[in-house]
Amino acid sequence: MLKKILVLSLAALMLLPLFTACGKKADTPSVYYLNFKPEQDTQWKALAKVYSDKTGVPVTVVTAAAGNYEQTLTSEMDKKDAPTLFQVNGPVGLANWKDYCYDFSGSKVLNELTSPDFALTDGEKTLGIAYVLETYGIIYNETLLNKYFNSDFSTVKSVEEINNFEALNTVATEIQANKGALGVDGAFTSAGMDTTSDWRFKTHLANMPIYYEYKAKNITSTDEIEGMYLENYKKVWDMYINNSTVSPTSLASRSVADAESEFKRGRAVFYQNGTWVYDSLKKDASGEGLEDSEFGVLPIYIGVSGEEEQGLCTGSENYWCVNAKASEADILATLDFLYWVVTSEEGTAALAYEMGFVSPFKSAKPAANPLVDIANGYIMSGKTPVSWNFATIPSENWKNGVGTALTQYAAGKGDWKSVESAFVDGWKKEYAAANK
Amino acid sequence: MNKRQLSKYFPVFVLPAFAAFCIGFVYPFFRGIYLSFCAFRTTSDAKWVGLSNYAQVFRDGGFLYSFVFTALFTLVSVLAINLIAFTVAHILTSGIRGANVFRTVFFMPNLIGGVILGYIWQVIFDGILQNYGTNIKLDSRLGFAGLVILLCWQQIGYMMIIYISGLNSIPDHLYEAAKVDGATKWQTLRSVTLPMMMPSITICTFLTLTNSFKLFDQNLALTAGEPGVQVAGETVYQTEMLALNIYNTFYQNMNTRGVGQAKAVVFFLIVAAVGLVQLYLTRSKEVEQ
Repeated sequence: MLKKILVLSLAALMLLPLFTACGKKADTPSVYYLNFKPEQDTQWKALAKVYSDKTGVPVTVVTAAAGNYEQTLTSEMDKKDAPTLFQVNGPVGLANWKDYCYDFSGSKVLNELTSPDFALTDGEKTLGIAYVLETYGIIYNETLLNKYFNSDFSTVKSVEEINNFEALNTVATEIQANKGALGVDGAFTSAGMDTTSDWRFKTHLANMPIYYEYKAKNITSTDEIEGMYLENYKKVWDMYINNSTVSPTSLASRSVADAESEFKRGRAVFYQNGTWVYDSLKKDASGEGLEDSEFGVLPIYIGVSGEEEQGLCTGSENYWCVNAKASEADILATLDFLYWVVTSEEGTAALAYEMGFVSPFKSAKPAANPLVDIANGYIMSGKTPVSWNFATIPSENWKNGVGTALTQYAAGKGDWKSVESAFVDGWKKEYAAANK
Repeated sequence: MNKRQLSKYFPVFVLPAFAAFCIGFVYPFFRGIYLSFCAFRTTSDAKWVGLSNYAQVFRDGGFLYSFVFTALFTLVSVLAINLIAFTVAHILTSGIRGANVFRTVFFMPNLIGGVILGYIWQVIFDGILQNYGTNIKLDSRLGFAGLVILLCWQQIGYMMIIYISGLNSIPDHLYEAAKVDGATKWQTLRSVTLPMMMPSITICTFLTLTNSFKLFDQNLALTAGEPGVQVAGETVYQTEMLALNIYNTFYQNMNTRGVGQAKAVVFFLIVAAVGLVQLYLTRSKEVEQ
C-alpha cells in the first residue's frame, strides 16, 4: 500500500509541470509593452514601475534584442498574453501588422501630438503614433575641424563654407592627406559593414538618393525605383571609404563600436550617425569623449544642385501601435498608460532627460542633448530637413542586398553595377514580393 | 513487485514523457506541415493557400544554390572530420604518453556553443586575412574553407571519443590471430579494425552528416551568408546554407513566411532521406562480433 502511494505521488509529481502553465489567469487590466530600443530598456522599466506603483495597473516592459524585433514580436503576438503595445518602423512595418493595430482616432493620446504628420495612417484610420523624432547627419569633432581650418594646407577655412559635396569632399581629402599633421587616423571613422553598423549605409545613407528621387518625381513611395541619384550615392560612398581610418578592404567586419571609439578618441573628424549616439560619445568617467561644445553636425551632401539649402535628416522609425486583438480592458489600460507617459511630469521627464528623446507631444520637455539642439538649429535657420524615406524601403532583404554589394565594392571584389542592380532590380522584386 | 504489477504502472511512467514528446515534437511538427500550405504572419492566424508556397520554393534560386553549397560542404566536412577523428583516435589508443590529456583537450571545443565559436573563428580568420587585404566575408571560397575548419575543430574531438571507445572494444585475440597469420599493419587495419569498427563509423558518419547538413549557428556567426551576388535583382548569398536560407526567408520578408515553412518541410525530407540512406549503407557493412 505504501509503495502504491509512493508510486502514485511520484507520478503525480511528474505530471505537475504540465498543469502549472494552465493555472495563470489575469483578471485585472494590464499593459505589456514590447520595446524596440535596447538603449532605453532600463529607463522604460523604471517608468513602468512608477506608473504601476501609482495606479496599481501592472505594466510589463520587454525589450527585444537589437535586430530581433520582428522575430520577438512574431512569437509574442502568438501568445495568449500578447503585447498590448508594440512598435512598427513606418509605412512598410505598418503594412505587415495593420490587422493588429488599434485605431487611435479620438483617443486622448492622439490629441497630444503636435502635428498629425507624426501619426501613421491607413485610409481613415490612425494606427501608429511617433514618439521620438531623431536626426542624423555627419557628426564632426569641432576641435579637430578647427585645427584643419587653421592649418596652412587647408583650402576651406570655415564650417560655413562646407555647404555642398564639393567642399565636404575637399575637406575630407585634405584631412586624409595630412592626417599625420592633424594627429588623426583619417577624415571619416571606419564605415564598418558588419550587422551592427551596416544600417548606417544601406539604410540611412541610401535614404539620400531615395529622398532626392522622390522629391524630383514628387512622390512619397514607389514600386520601382529608378536610381536617378545612384551616381551621387557612389560619390559619397567613395568619399567615406577612401578617406577613412582603415583600408576599404577591412570594412566587412568592422562594427559600429569601432567607429564610435575612433571618434571618441579623436582619431577621426567625421562620423555619420544620429542624435541617439550622444550618450556614447560624450566625455565619460575615464576622460575619453567629446565636450558638449565640441559637437557639430553637417548635412550629408551628395552633390545635388541646390543642396546648399539642405538640412539634416529628421524623422522617426518608432511608432507606437496598440494591439487591436487585446481585450477591451487592456486596450483602455494601454491608452491610459500612453496618455500618462506623454503628459505627466514623471513621463515627460523620463522621455526627455532619462531617454534623451525629442518627442512630438504638446507637453514634451526639451531633451538634454546637444546634437538635438544642433538639429533644431538647422530647422530654425530655414534649412530643408530631409525626410526619412527609408521607411518606404520594401523589405529587409533589399537592405541586405545593397549592404553586401556595398561591402564588396569597397573591398574591390565587386563593381558598382552590383550595387545598382541590388538597388534598382532588388527594389522591384522585393516590392512585388511584399505587396502580393 | 512482480512483472505483472509493474506493467500496470506502464502508463504512469510513460505518459509524462509521451505528453512532453507530443507537446514538444509531434504537435509542432504537424502544425509546421500544415503551416507550409498557408500564408501567415503569426502562426495562430493562417490562411490556406495550397501548394503555392512549394511552387515558390523550387523557383527560388537562392534556395537551390544553398542546397548545392550545403551538399558540397557536407561531403567535405564528413570526410575530413571522420578521417581526422579516426586517425587521432588510432594514435591515442596506440599507447602514447599523455593520451588522456590529449583526449580532454581535443574534446573541449565541443563544449563551446556554435555562435561563440563562429565569432571566435571570425576574429582569428580576419586577423590573418587582413594581412592579405581580404576578409572571410568577401570571398565564398574562404567562407567555405572557414566553415569546414570551424566544424572540424568543433566535432573532431567528439567523434574521436566514439572512435576510441570503438577501438578499445575490439578484442585483443583478433589482433593476435592476425599477427600469427602474418598480416601487415595495413592488412590488419583493413581486415580487422575497420570491419569491427563499423558500428562506430555508422554513428559518427550519421552524426557528422546530419550536423553538417543542419548547420546553422556557426554559419550565422561566421559568415552570415556573405558575400552576396546579384542575379537578376535577387541577391544570392554565396555561403548561405539551407538552415540559414530558411531562417532568412522566414524573417526578412513577412510575406514569405509560408515559403520559409515550406522550405523547412522540404529540408526535413532531404535530411531524413540522406540520413536513412547513409544508415542503410553503413549498417549493411557491420559485422557480428
